[in-house]
Amino acid sequence: MKNIKYLLLRRVTQFTLLFLYFGANAYGWHMLEGTFGASRLFGLIPLADPYTAVQVLASGFVLGADVLLGALIITVFYMVVGGRAFCSWVCPINMVTDLANWLRRRLKLDKDEVNYRFIKRRARYWIMVLGIVVSAVVGVAAFEVLSPITIMQRGIVFGFGAGVSVIIAIFLFDLFGVKNGWCGHLCPLGAAYSVIGSKSIVRVEHNHTNCTNCMDCKVVCPENQVLHMINKSSISVTDGECTNCGRCVDVCNDDALGFSIRSFTKK
Amino acid sequence: MATTLQSVGLTALGGLLWSGYSDEVKASPLVLRPPGALPEDDFLKACIKCGLCAEACVNRDSNKKKDGSNRPGTLQMAKGGDHRMIGTPFFIPTEVPCYMCDDVPCVPVCPSGALDMPSLLNEKKELDINKATMGLAVVHKESCIAFWGIQCDACYRACPLLDEAITLEYQKNERTGKHAFLLPIVHDNVCTGCGLCEQACVTEKPAIFVLPNEVAKGRAGSHYVKGWDKKDQERVRDAKEIKTKNERSEKEAADYLNMEVEY
Repeated sequence: MKNIKYLLLRRVTQFTLLFLYFGANAYGWHMLEGTFGASRLFGLIPLADPYTAVQVLASGFVLGADVLLGALIITVFYMVVGGRAFCSWVCPINMVTDLANWLRRRLKLDKDEVNYRFIKRRARYWIMVLGIVVSAVVGVAAFEVLSPITIMQRGIVFGFGAGVSVIIAIFLFDLFGVKNGWCGHLCPLGAAYSVIGSKSIVRVEHNHTNCTNCMDCKVVCPENQVLHMINKSSISVTDGECTNCGRCVDVCNDDALGFSIRSFTKK
Repeated sequence: MATTLQSVGLTALGGLLWSGYSDEVKASPLVLRPPGALPEDDFLKACIKCGLCAEACVNRDSNKKKDGSNRPGTLQMAKGGDHRMIGTPFFIPTEVPCYMCDDVPCVPVCPSGALDMPSLLNEKKELDINKATMGLAVVHKESCIAFWGIQCDACYRACPLLDEAITLEYQKNERTGKHAFLLPIVHDNVCTGCGLCEQACVTEKPAIFVLPNEVAKGRAGSHYVKGWDKKDQERVRDAKEIKTKNERSEKEAADYLNMEVEY
């Protein structure tokens, strides 16, 4: 149990949220209506995706107050508390890419050097900015016309149709193409949350004295460049690319990793 | 330096592909949008693809069956393979038409403004579904059996704006000499494009069908003035004569009309 505590918590959170969204359409529940683009919590509080909102604004449309307020609420939440937690605790694509990554390890694909390294992790920031530029040029929120995240979520709420092929494509790309290819290299929404959440207070902290340098954490971490301090120094993971998924905390048998509140004073 | 150049270059490549794709998927003019939707180009910018309208539509009280479950909603969210901008709401009248609910549940929930509530408000500032302009019903007279002389008023009866959006025009049937044609005529200033007529039509493929306004309607242009219409005539009250001066106008009209012209 100990090794999958946060994994289970994340799956429960993801499934609960998706089930509430599903129920809003199927049964008329008013807990969490809409989709990630814009939602209503308890039939009252607006929530909205900040990156989507920026794209719509860039396309030249002045958005309604509900979306702007909703985007502000979400931005403040991840900026102050969650960090990049959307990616690992909410996003349904996370389950697809986690499965691909797990299979990839099982099939030992990386040992046989089939990891295509032609995409850099920073590509996502270029894509994030590009998405806004294309939105402005074409006059439509550009990422939203192909976002596998909302395609999958709408698939769950309203039915998939041919959209399921997009999900399979992401799965195959992450399994046989680039390791952590979608979430760790390309996804502009993940990039946006990396930027938004880079100063958030909930952080993984490393205790260097307990560490036995087994590197289990770096194997499971989807963004293992953020774990540069492992067995080197006792500091928090402060990189915005950390998704706060807690897999490293789960797999650590030496009590060298755990969630903590970021300390703003220098040690 | 070289890697930055490479990043910029690849980003430009991606931008071209992405722009091209986005621009192509935008072009789907044969789509009927929910009531109050902005003109298609603005609608595609504004719609945040949240689905709140579709959820309000399917879960409205009037959509409950006796056992408490819902009928299929009018509004669908475009999926991959629907060949409409993905994630945007639309409806297909032959499947489920818009029932023109009095309380218009789909519009007030729109958070982005893609469904424009003010456009549906009447003089009393109340939501009025009759002000919706989702599309326009068009009759194909060659397949409409009423135009053959067979008695059918299915569309006329199905119309929620009975005798306003569709009226029946009586004409003598000269072929038999003793029967009447009852011809359905759609009035575009009243028709909301709900599609109940299309769904009710009895022919194998509906002879009356709703098209988006952009497709169904022509435009005369501002230079045609209804001289018999006082209000329209007002538009040209201060008009001044414009004298066209070109090679032709140097001669009298009769001169060049009588001239032989080489094409």
